[in-house]
Amino acid sequence: MRPTAPLILSLTAALTAGTLAACGGSGSGDKNTVEIAFHKETDNKVTFRDDYLKFVAEKFEKKYAGKKVKLVPIQAPQQDYYSKIQQMMRSPKTAPDLVYEDTFLINSDIESGYLRPLDGYLKDWKDWDRFQPAARQAASGADGKTYGVPDGTDTRGLWFNRKIFKRAGLPADWTPRTWEDVLEAARRIKKEVPGVIPLNVFAGKGAGEATAMQGFEMLLYGTGKDPLYDTRSKKWVQGSKGFRDSLAFLDTLYREKLGPEPEQVVDPNVTTKVVTQLLPEGKLAIALDGSWLSQNWIKTGGKPWPQWRKTMGLTPMPTQHGSPPGEVSMSGGWAWSIPAKAGNPDLAWKMIQTMQTRENAVEWCIRGSQVAVRSDVAEDARYRTSMPGIDFFTERVEHTHYRPALPVYPQVSTAITEATEAVATGDSSPKDAAKAYDEQLSGIADGAVTRK
Amino acid sequence: MSAAVTGPRRRLRWLPLAPATVVLLLFLAGPIGYCVYIAFTDLQLTGQESASFVGFDNFTRAFGDENFRNAVVLTLVFTLVSSIVGQNTLGLALAALMKRASRTARTVTGALVITAWVLPEIVAGFLLYTFFSRDGQLNAILAWLQLPEQNWLFTLPILAVSFANVWRGTAFSMLVYSAALDDIPREVTESAQVDGASGFQRLWYITLPMIRRSIGTNLMLNTLQTLSVFGLIWAMTKGGPAHRSETLPVFMYDQAFNKSLIGYGTAVALLLLLVGALFSVVYLRLLREEV
Repeated sequence: MRPTAPLILSLTAALTAGTLAACGGSGSGDKNTVEIAFHKETDNKVTFRDDYLKFVAEKFEKKYAGKKVKLVPIQAPQQDYYSKIQQMMRSPKTAPDLVYEDTFLINSDIESGYLRPLDGYLKDWKDWDRFQPAARQAASGADGKTYGVPDGTDTRGLWFNRKIFKRAGLPADWTPRTWEDVLEAARRIKKEVPGVIPLNVFAGKGAGEATAMQGFEMLLYGTGKDPLYDTRSKKWVQGSKGFRDSLAFLDTLYREKLGPEPEQVVDPNVTTKVVTQLLPEGKLAIALDGSWLSQNWIKTGGKPWPQWRKTMGLTPMPTQHGSPPGEVSMSGGWAWSIPAKAGNPDLAWKMIQTMQTRENAVEWCIRGSQVAVRSDVAEDARYRTSMPGIDFFTERVEHTHYRPALPVYPQVSTAITEATEAVATGDSSPKDAAKAYDEQLSGIADGAVTRK
Repeated sequence: MSAAVTGPRRRLRWLPLAPATVVLLLFLAGPIGYCVYIAFTDLQLTGQESASFVGFDNFTRAFGDENFRNAVVLTLVFTLVSSIVGQNTLGLALAALMKRASRTARTVTGALVITAWVLPEIVAGFLLYTFFSRDGQLNAILAWLQLPEQNWLFTLPILAVSFANVWRGTAFSMLVYSAALDDIPREVTESAQVDGASGFQRLWYITLPMIRRSIGTNLMLNTLQTLSVFGLIWAMTKGGPAHRSETLPVFMYDQAFNKSLIGYGTAVALLLLLVGALFSVVYLRLLREEV
């Protein structure tokens, strides 16, 4: 060996080690910081969720001296938010301590082993009994354990612009009984008030889960019992008339040009556009949408619009032919969960408790236009009077439907959005789109399908 | 000296390269190997307890999938229109014109074209989305010219994203060809001119053959880059409406992250790699031939 050889050797070793160590990355090893991942709206002006979390974080840091809260806002369309948190939860290096889970996805993530059961914490927490059974159910897995604490729910109905209705000669206390009533009103608006989009029902992949839930399922669940998933036989429903009829409704809506232009429908930003532009600017007469719309119109919302209290009316979405109970609503909501690979689960649980003191829970329901899931919050005077319409949407809870809480639901939902997009853009007839959905469904459900 | 380099000495010489080799193996070969492995499993991002090995299922599924075949066709259309025809020809034309243009014109054009290239892909995507959208600049210009409105993002999305890619990528071809044209000796063109060759004849018989190698290299780089364009299309159309601008990278993302089928998405990624490899082989062949 030459005399320089040992030098080269040691240099090599040092370099290799150095390079690799640099890549090791710095996981959140800090035992005193709780990392909270949540969805931030793509519209920078919509910050109610960020603001609320900062509000609670301040209280948390005051209560637990030396502890810190690190907010990890994920600013993305909702679909991309889901993918992002799933990827984060796969590794202990990136997993947050607390994550905001859409209850429609929670079962899928439970199945993947991303989340930690909370039963150990819940049994010593007296407030848990105050939560509505249905909401508690929404955050529990097939194994009967609970994986999240829901912080509110939502219901859906028809928002309509009274001013446009007046110009079209329609009543200010509009109560449609059937789908046909809804379409009739839309036709009348098209004729009497040109330049206004009569009715928006989300369709297409752009709006993602909003299409499946606010749009399609609000129709589908008005066509009969268990139209999507048969709970008794535990099978997904294929080839149903209700499915075709719901697509036919969309077909009528878009062929008769009663809805937005097809390119508006497929626009990935359509959900935001409806609430921050079309409705406040008086360009849309009726919107089939959720209870949270008004949070965009309050002072701190993305599009402050104080006149909405006078302008916008609310009415339940009717069933197809007016059959009992005569109205449809869908419910979802979000829950706080602790990832299985979280570094500080105990601290994360303390954070959940801080969010769920009665005072903070009421604060959230008001700021986030949430429909309360806790009995003490629902009775709170501040909550009841916080917003016009809160009574209306709280009443809808009685006849609301929850989505099938199953791991494959997200894939079924994607298949639904594809079917609606094909129909709304005129690429397929309702029949063909329903057929394409049926084929996809067989694959997704792995044969667990039934015909109705 | 070279005879002395034997046995341990030779091995020792490799040592300084070891860190680079280790890092390459770890961060290049590693992920690729992992990727190939995942392509043969049914790994899902969510909704699955554990993944299992499924052999060639993902690949047979891809070939039977109508949307996959649609994506392959659209990828070829996108590559042909935007890269081979658009960026390549336009880049050459710009380079040739700039050679004759005045200094000012050259500076201004060069700066403008390169600006488009320097913009991050996602920024370019949003810019062009607003440009083509219904109430965007293009329609404002068309209205001013008394021409009918366009609605390509909806009616002809693949053309809209192809234009966008031409807009963004032409600078690269222009730079390559500018350099290549500068390398053609003046005497050759001048003597051709003296012999009475027309402009087109000079282009066809002198210029193109002399920059043949640059054309090959440029085509290869352009094609490979275009094949993997994702952000631009994602920002403009998300592959829609109804799959009408869904090229392979968008299809792959949709399957892997929207439908959570990581295994299938990865298999599609490998197939995309195959398409790229096919193009490369063709171009490399062209490059090897001697004039």
